[in-house]
Amino acid sequence: MSVKIPIYMDYQSTTPVDPRVLEAMLPYFTEVFGHPASRNHSFGWDAEQAVDVAREQVAKLIGATAKEVIFTSGGTEAINLAIRGVAEMYGEKGRHMVVAVTDSRPVHDVVKRLVREHQYEVTEVPVDKEGRVSADAVKAALRPDTILISVMMANNEIGTVQDMVAIGKVAKEAGVLLFSDATEAVGKVPVDVQEMGIDLLAVTAHKMYGPKGVGALYVRRRNPRVRLSAQIDGGGHERGMRSGTLNVPGVVGMGKAAELCMQEMPEESARMGVLRDHLENGILAGLDEVQVNGSREHRLPHNLNISFAYVEGESMLMGLKEIALASGSACTTATLEPSYVIRALGVSEELAHSSLRFSIGRFTTEEEVEYVIGRVVETIQRLREMSPLYEMAKEGVDLSQVQWSAH
Amino acid sequence: MAYSDQVLDHYNNPRNMGSFGKDEEGVGTGIVGAPECGDVMKLQVKINEDGIIEDARFKTFGCGSAIASSSLATEWLKGRTVDEAMAIKNTDIVEELNLPPVKIHCSVLAEDAIKAAVGDYVKKSGKESASGGSGAA
Ligand SMILES: Cc1ncc(COP(=O)(O)O)c(C=O)c1O
Repeated sequence: MSVKIPIYMDYQSTTPVDPRVLEAMLPYFTEVFGHPASRNHSFGWDAEQAVDVAREQVAKLIGATAKEVIFTSGGTEAINLAIRGVAEMYGEKGRHMVVAVTDSRPVHDVVKRLVREHQYEVTEVPVDKEGRVSADAVKAALRPDTILISVMMANNEIGTVQDMVAIGKVAKEAGVLLFSDATEAVGKVPVDVQEMGIDLLAVTAHKMYGPKGVGALYVRRRNPRVRLSAQIDGGGHERGMRSGTLNVPGVVGMGKAAELCMQEMPEESARMGVLRDHLENGILAGLDEVQVNGSREHRLPHNLNISFAYVEGESMLMGLKEIALASGSACTTATLEPSYVIRALGVSEELAHSSLRFSIGRFTTEEEVEYVIGRVVETIQRLREMSPLYEMAKEGVDLSQVQWSAH
Repeated sequence: MAYSDQVLDHYNNPRNMGSFGKDEEGVGTGIVGAPECGDVMKLQVKINEDGIIEDARFKTFGCGSAIASSSLATEWLKGRTVDEAMAIKNTDIVEELNLPPVKIHCSVLAEDAIKAAVGDYVKKSGKESASGGSGAA
């Protein structure tokens, strides 16, 4: 079996640019280099036309109209613009937001600043053990002064996909704006802002085989018309919501990436699902005491998050160094806490430290999956031989009853 | 994170990995750390009648640096007296393994494990060491 080392299984972190996307982008660096806001010459018109096409391509992928798409520098900026923009525009109406506990780090950080500096209050909606937010729980968290609900469409760690249609209904009934960080979902699963009742939606190009540093915010124009306070002032580009000369090659790339995802989604997601299930089944067949985190039913087709009891995440990554993976272990992040997403499922801290995220993608092969199964099984077995916890568990010790020395 | 060659070497070729029977003659066992913190070390020493550590074993749940710290500790323990073992400092481990600041707690845990293992032996054998030591967790 010949596989090329290293193997990339971290597609939820970022994806390579699809060669077809790159090809579409290249002319916009040199030949068609005009400023899309230059209205007086063909250089500008050509650039503007390319941006219009891209806007249409992105809009189509999410069931929106082109005018509702605001290009940004990426997902993080789109999230900042959505939440801060709403807070500044609607702060008079109320200062309460409802956020799903498993929402992304940028969402929580933006909201935390509003709480700290602008007297906002936030209610975090819990998730069930599969990571799903219930529409009823969202409804229960609403207050008369709630101005925004934020529920991420699909989680970056566990891949759990939310029931946005049900949550959207609750938002509509209450007349509260609904924002969704859909950076992990768009291009992978069908997204329709109309059907889902979403008012604001963040997308990034680099998770769907487009370039890094470009993203978009969908801003609803009808029923209701959402207004935002701009976060970057300047030339009044992007309907005054986001000033700054557009990254035209990036925008073109994002558009092309969106078009390809749209065309290939049915086939691609089916292929991802087969490969992912093979990976999951292979690992589960080779090892005992492993658990899949998140929902197996409502899950992105390219995501697999597993906790391997009695072994720590960073040591696993070290043993699997030729495979690019992510871990929920505290040792692999800047913080001292293990993944808050996995903790929110009710999974113990110990098992959160023991989690690995495999995310496959467009260029993953069956051979790579086979290779990874073998290496994962072998590495976990070796580390378990080395683990005092595994030894104790095999001796019948109930680890939850042991008096550990905290440190 | 980039690992030092020393950490990689211990991770790839752990020294003295395994266990002695807890009730074996002359064995002291120390278990330190907690699963929810992401590291647990089990260190064991086998001490002969002359008070010399003849052999040592470890098992560790934790990151590569934690594994390396405990593996190194077993190497250093062999041949030492109880008092010499108690004198091993976490800073010696940091230096030998070239641990970055975020991994210093791994060396602290290894020092704790040494003290706990030797302390357990001292307690069980009824012998007092000059520097004393805490019992196993
Ligand atoms: C869920 C989620 N939200 C937001 C982002 C940020 O997007 P970007 O890297 O384009 O700023 C990411 C990816 O990094 C993500 O996974």
